[in-house]
Amino acid sequence: MANDELTTKQVSIPETAPPKTSIGVLGWLKENLFSSWINTILTVVFGTIVYLIVVNTIEWIFFKAEWYVISANFKLLMVGQYPVEELFRVWIAFTLISLLMGLSWGIWKGTMGHLTIAMTAIYIIVASLPFVLIETRIWLLVNIALIIATYFLGKRLTKFKKYILIGWFLMFPVTMILLSGFGVFDRVGTNLWGGFLLTLLIAIVAIVFSFPLGVLLALGRRSKLPVVKWFCVAYIELIRGVPLITILFVAQLMLPMFLGEGVNIDNVIRAMVGFTLFSAAYLAENIRGGLQSIPRGQFEAAEALGLNATFKTVFIILPQSLRAVIPAMVGQFIGIFKDTSLVAIVGLTDLLGMGKNIISNPEFLGTQMEVFLFVALVFLVFCNMMSYASRRLEGALGVGTR
Amino acid sequence: MKKRLLALLSILLVFSVVLAGCSEEEAVETKSRLDVIKERGKLIGGVNADIPGFGYVASDGSYTGMDIDITRAVAAAVFGDPNAVEFRPLSAEERFIAVQTGEVDVLARNTTQTLSRDASVGLAFAPVTFYDGQGLMVRKDSGIETLEDLEGARISVESGTTTELNLADQMRKLGIDYEPVVFDSQDAAVSAYEQGSADAYTTDRSALVSRKTTLSNPDEHFILDEVLSKEPLAPSVKDGDSQWIDIVSWTVNALVQAEEFEITQANVDTFLDSEVPEIRRFLGVEGDMGEQLGLPADFVYQIIKAVGNYGELYDRHLGPDTVFDLERGQNSLWTDGGLLYSPPFR
Repeated sequence: MANDELTTKQVSIPETAPPKTSIGVLGWLKENLFSSWINTILTVVFGTIVYLIVVNTIEWIFFKAEWYVISANFKLLMVGQYPVEELFRVWIAFTLISLLMGLSWGIWKGTMGHLTIAMTAIYIIVASLPFVLIETRIWLLVNIALIIATYFLGKRLTKFKKYILIGWFLMFPVTMILLSGFGVFDRVGTNLWGGFLLTLLIAIVAIVFSFPLGVLLALGRRSKLPVVKWFCVAYIELIRGVPLITILFVAQLMLPMFLGEGVNIDNVIRAMVGFTLFSAAYLAENIRGGLQSIPRGQFEAAEALGLNATFKTVFIILPQSLRAVIPAMVGQFIGIFKDTSLVAIVGLTDLLGMGKNIISNPEFLGTQMEVFLFVALVFLVFCNMMSYASRRLEGALGVGTR
Repeated sequence: MKKRLLALLSILLVFSVVLAGCSEEEAVETKSRLDVIKERGKLIGGVNADIPGFGYVASDGSYTGMDIDITRAVAAAVFGDPNAVEFRPLSAEERFIAVQTGEVDVLARNTTQTLSRDASVGLAFAPVTFYDGQGLMVRKDSGIETLEDLEGARISVESGTTTELNLADQMRKLGIDYEPVVFDSQDAAVSAYEQGSADAYTTDRSALVSRKTTLSNPDEHFILDEVLSKEPLAPSVKDGDSQWIDIVSWTVNALVQAEEFEITQANVDTFLDSEVPEIRRFLGVEGDMGEQLGLPADFVYQIIKAVGNYGELYDRHLGPDTVFDLERGQNSLWTDGGLLYSPPFR
């Protein structure tokens, strides 16, 4: 039939594998890296650059760098000139934190667990470093064991959430008393606090104290009371109009001039106050952004429920606005954490300042690359932990999805 | 109207409180520096914590260096204890403010004595503890041998120091065009030079010697023979308290005089029985020289016992046993052709 001619004839062509150049590694390479002559040139040029950088970096890290500058000064970098015979106080504070972390891991799991595991990993890495003192190793192993033990304990203590929270809040004054003495132990002057310990302390103080201050300033700026409002506006704009380093210089050098010789405020405290005041002004603006994002209906609904101004702010407005600005706030906290290295300029020996002092030791001349790389690594690890915690917190609170 | 009156009154009140505060402050300031230090129980020394040889942190956490030991010598003179001192590391910019505000009692931080620092900055300088001069380091293969060869060169230098000003002065005098590459720290200036973003690096010659040892190939660099400036480094205190200025000055003199008498940390005790009247007066066995300064009679003995004489200080931090191996040169005693000369202790 004629129609038969028109129908397609089933001809079976034997199946062959696709050409080698379009599948697998080769295919991927061709499609992504060598698809046109421009891409080919770019690939070759940048490939060479990356190769050179990687090779030289690896060669430097493993063969040229003199890491003994870190191993010989590890204690200095971590706790500065804190007296060796009093170091157990730092360790006690550390152990208490480990205890709380383990319990929190058991109770809350999730983010807390991840952070605790990260901290434990850091402990294990530090404990396995060949050059740390045997005492350090023992303390770290005790801490690791404690974290694991309290994790299982915490799993059963889910009812005690409140007490753990109180514990975290008490942690700060307890640490301060442990470190400085305050009559309980011998006094260790803050001029001996240094290294990463000082960096952490300044950052924690600034973060913990600037948060409530920032909330108050943000609320104050929206207040209808003119004195409160204009005070907050003036404060925020004044602080935001001045660079942080200027505030630190004023705190370290001008303050004694204003106060006269009789009054003497410790210079670490001065730095802490400077950071807190600075951070509070920026936080206030972040939080104000959150406050403004709350729709009018929320205020009206709260009023319709008969809530007074305090309840309305505390239970309806603040929780929503704070949740909205978590990324901005954590960004500010990370910024403050890194900015602590500015205290090196005003003569405090934080991690960076200590690094600078160490490389001037004739024994370690010319090791600035190693020291600064180590300092950068420590900052990198801790900043990443902070931003990770923030991302998890956002996820848990449903920011951007609700 | 009433409101305005109220405002005026409150302003007056604020002013009177401020003024009252001022008068109290003045009352406090009349107390002598020595009394303040004795009451505090320790000296506060403004030092440099990142200049090799002069001030740095050793691995055990203690401050070490030439300037540090001079501060310790002052502490030993006042308290008989070289450890009765708290060190306050200072940057080049903040060092003078720290002295003016009384944050530190004495500044021993590679500071060049100049007229303007003496007069308008309000410092009082003790005798020079180290005679330095500004030099230039260049690469051997750059072909630069004299200052004139630096035409068009990029020279890295630390900001806020006399070094920066001297360089500009000298180059203007010689009519050489150059490009200053300014950094706020020595480390940055050196690494810029080492990585080739500057053709020359300038700072005090003592620092050049130590910095040269840190470069990856020290042999490829050399220090020009020409000296750009005089850099007499001296400890300083706040102007206006002559007793305290005297104490610091005579502490430095004691270090030099002890070397001249050949009294060292090790043999100082044997000199206590010396019959030589000058030495007996010097060590406070007789006479009232300590008393005149408001110090214990044996303050010189305490200084030498604590840190040794000037020569020992120098050898410990800069001498042949250190990586610097710096010649004494101008920093020898006047009897050896140097510039160190202590007025008589009598």
